[in-house]
Amino acid sequence: MTHALSRRATLRLGFGLGLGVTFLGTTALAADARSPRLVVIICRGAMDGLSVSPPLHDPAYAALRGAIAIPPDKALPLDGDFGLHPKLVNIQRLALAGQARIAPAVAWPVHIRSHFEAQDLLESGADKLYGTQTGWLNRTVQALSEDRAARAIAVAPQAPLILQGPAAYDTWSPGAPFNPAGSRLAGILQDLYQPDPLLGPAFAAGLAVEHEAMALNANAPALKANDARDFATAAARFLAAPGGPAIAVISLDGFDTHANQGAADGQLANRLSGLDDVVAGLEKGLGPDWAQTAVVVATEFGRTAHVNGTGGTDHGTASTLIVAGGALKAGGLLGDWPGLGQGQLFENRDTAPTLDMRRVFKTLIVEHLGVDRRLADTRVFPDSRDAGLISGLV
Amino acid sequence: MDGSRMTLPPRDTLAAIAATRFGLGARPGEIARITADPQGWLRAQVRPEAVPTPLNPVGLPFPDSRARLVDFAAFKAAEKAAGADTDRRRSSGEMFRQGIAAELLGRTSIATTTNAPFAERWALFWSNHFTVSTRKSQELDALAASFEREAIRPHVFGRFETLLIASSRHPAMILYLDQQSSIGPNSKAGLRRTAGLNENLAREIMELHTLGVSAGYTQADVTEFARVLTGWSVGRREQPGETAGGFMYRPNLHEPGTRTVFGQTYPPGDEDQALRVLADLAASGKTATHLATKLATHFVSDTPDPRLVRRLASAYHDSRGDLSVVARTLIEAPEAWTDTAAKVKTPYELLVSAYRAVDQAPRDYGREVNGPLNLLGQRPLSAPQPNGWSDRATDWAAPDALVKRLQWAQGFAASYANQVDPVQLATDALGSRLRPLTLATLQHAESRKEALAVLLMSPEFQRR
Repeated sequence: MTHALSRRATLRLGFGLGLGVTFLGTTALAADARSPRLVVIICRGAMDGLSVSPPLHDPAYAALRGAIAIPPDKALPLDGDFGLHPKLVNIQRLALAGQARIAPAVAWPVHIRSHFEAQDLLESGADKLYGTQTGWLNRTVQALSEDRAARAIAVAPQAPLILQGPAAYDTWSPGAPFNPAGSRLAGILQDLYQPDPLLGPAFAAGLAVEHEAMALNANAPALKANDARDFATAAARFLAAPGGPAIAVISLDGFDTHANQGAADGQLANRLSGLDDVVAGLEKGLGPDWAQTAVVVATEFGRTAHVNGTGGTDHGTASTLIVAGGALKAGGLLGDWPGLGQGQLFENRDTAPTLDMRRVFKTLIVEHLGVDRRLADTRVFPDSRDAGLISGLV
Repeated sequence: MDGSRMTLPPRDTLAAIAATRFGLGARPGEIARITADPQGWLRAQVRPEAVPTPLNPVGLPFPDSRARLVDFAAFKAAEKAAGADTDRRRSSGEMFRQGIAAELLGRTSIATTTNAPFAERWALFWSNHFTVSTRKSQELDALAASFEREAIRPHVFGRFETLLIASSRHPAMILYLDQQSSIGPNSKAGLRRTAGLNENLAREIMELHTLGVSAGYTQADVTEFARVLTGWSVGRREQPGETAGGFMYRPNLHEPGTRTVFGQTYPPGDEDQALRVLADLAASGKTATHLATKLATHFVSDTPDPRLVRRLASAYHDSRGDLSVVARTLIEAPEAWTDTAAKVKTPYELLVSAYRAVDQAPRDYGREVNGPLNLLGQRPLSAPQPNGWSDRATDWAAPDALVKRLQWAQGFAASYANQVDPVQLATDALGSRLRPLTLATLQHAESRKEALAVLLMSPEFQRR
């Protein structure tokens, strides 16, 4: 690698040599105020697209959904065909300002109904099951690193698959404050960890990111552990910091609404309210950097078009994807609406996909982050030349 | 043994591996005691009595699931009656929450003090295999621990089919995977109103509990199995033929007719139709391979030796799913004794092994167990999804996770270091797995507290 030593690498080197990190902090590279940021929010459990962006004027919608249909008078107006779930007030505000768009029928090109395999696909970026063991954001970092330093962080103790791989990655989550430079123990352990190929790099990265977090959080309100809203605030603090990561990942769970999913209120509504807060928290926390930010909200697959026997929905195919952020170009729906009528449903049960999820991701990493198109087509999303970019998105 | 006979490491290494990889971390004296016959020590644990039931501090059993649900209903009623009185609302759940915490503390105490830690690890594996998570609802907060106690622990050294049936029929699993009101469209209830199937339990039994996701079953198999399972439900009231909080078969919800699931045809059979499907799923070679792969991954490596997987799958198949035979096969398998510690402890395993190392048990569930594990990303019985906690080393060895472990280790060491000789403790805890560099670091530590924290955070203590 020929690029200049990043602040990150410098910090790691400092730890390796047993140097205090405090003085190394002064070597931080100047932040590029216009550098693009990407936030990926994974909604685990298969988020119900037909509730996120109800197709209010689809003639089949109300009958298919029965008691869990979002009532037209409760839905937030989006455009002539679609509403947004009543809890998505901030996302609606952004949409009306040209800073959020929905793709109402998105799916991965491989259609499966296992949460865990489908999440593996969404995160690995592979075009077939078990195609790769690393995440597409890790490969994005690798691709970007060919010409500039790039970092990615998951706001969680553990890293989700999407971030795992050979390129260094960070994780951070709120907890008791910790000053690694002032910790004798941290220094002692460096030597013990150094030979361990898995724990060694992770531990060094943990200390470096903790050092960074200490500065970011010093004069800011404390963050709660296990509160998704505070995870958004934490992500924003990292992304907005000079020399901070350009990419952040947040996972939300609890979207597997097989029973009593509710409509305008209820179980799913609570989850969506949390999602809306996360997006609003990113916007607020990023401040002026929101203008250079793209946020993508994706789920592994959608849910059945029909309400099931227990006031919920089962595993389906296409769902709604949301993109938001100041970096977006204004515009309407992404992809076509397949319709919910007789003969229009996929396998006579699910929303049919009209847009390959990889196209959205790929457009964001190529046109927003600046990943080389050839690398995006071959390495970040293997064998994906057919999945072209979406024009006019960013 | 197959032709490719492998040489086992020396006996002191075997003892260290037995205590840390198969067991839950050595207590003082454990490795020395088992060095004569590490495998014999493990084999002797393969018996149902080695998997104890958590008991309360005075040695009495905890309430069963039905009683837990009754307690829960009472708590919700009191909470409702408290209305806007927030103090009363909060206090209404106090007894209920304390009852659950007491059981989870009892469960942790088993792990930290048992002399049969392989049996306990084996039980924890199956508890995670059949995940029921408190994240789903408050009702499952009430039931997750009693589910493990009633449906898992008694059966982990019996036949897998028995375990599978106990799990699938338990109210906690039925509620967790939404089976309770799945209605056959042509059942008596289904013909009266618009209602239908819920395929969650059917899918997860096939995908997670038995065949495994790549076994080749189809959506049609899932739907057919969901039809078979209709009627399996939970009692809600005390009345003739119904027990509140108990398993209940509701014939009015059952989809009548002959069904075909994964190539087998099942004649009509009410409640028992599902038992026949479960028996066939348990007997499938796909299930044998799926379980063998998961066991080998849990005990040995994220990428287990295929020979080990074949050995375990054959043992399962040849014994008709006798889990004690599978456990003994694992103990005998040379591939399970590689001296590379490829696995990283989960937070629960780390916490348990730390208490075992200092020969203590936690006393305050919230402060010593729940709080730390919450920060470390593994609050007990609350996996985010039905596939349970990850069993991959790379999922646990993340930057923030290790810093959180360090912070916890410092606090733990501050509480427990005064009573110990760290060098002796390290030798006791890791045996021959203790590296010279770690030993030297311990010897040069500035305090007992620092030395104990170094031990707990050393890569060889974090791994197994």
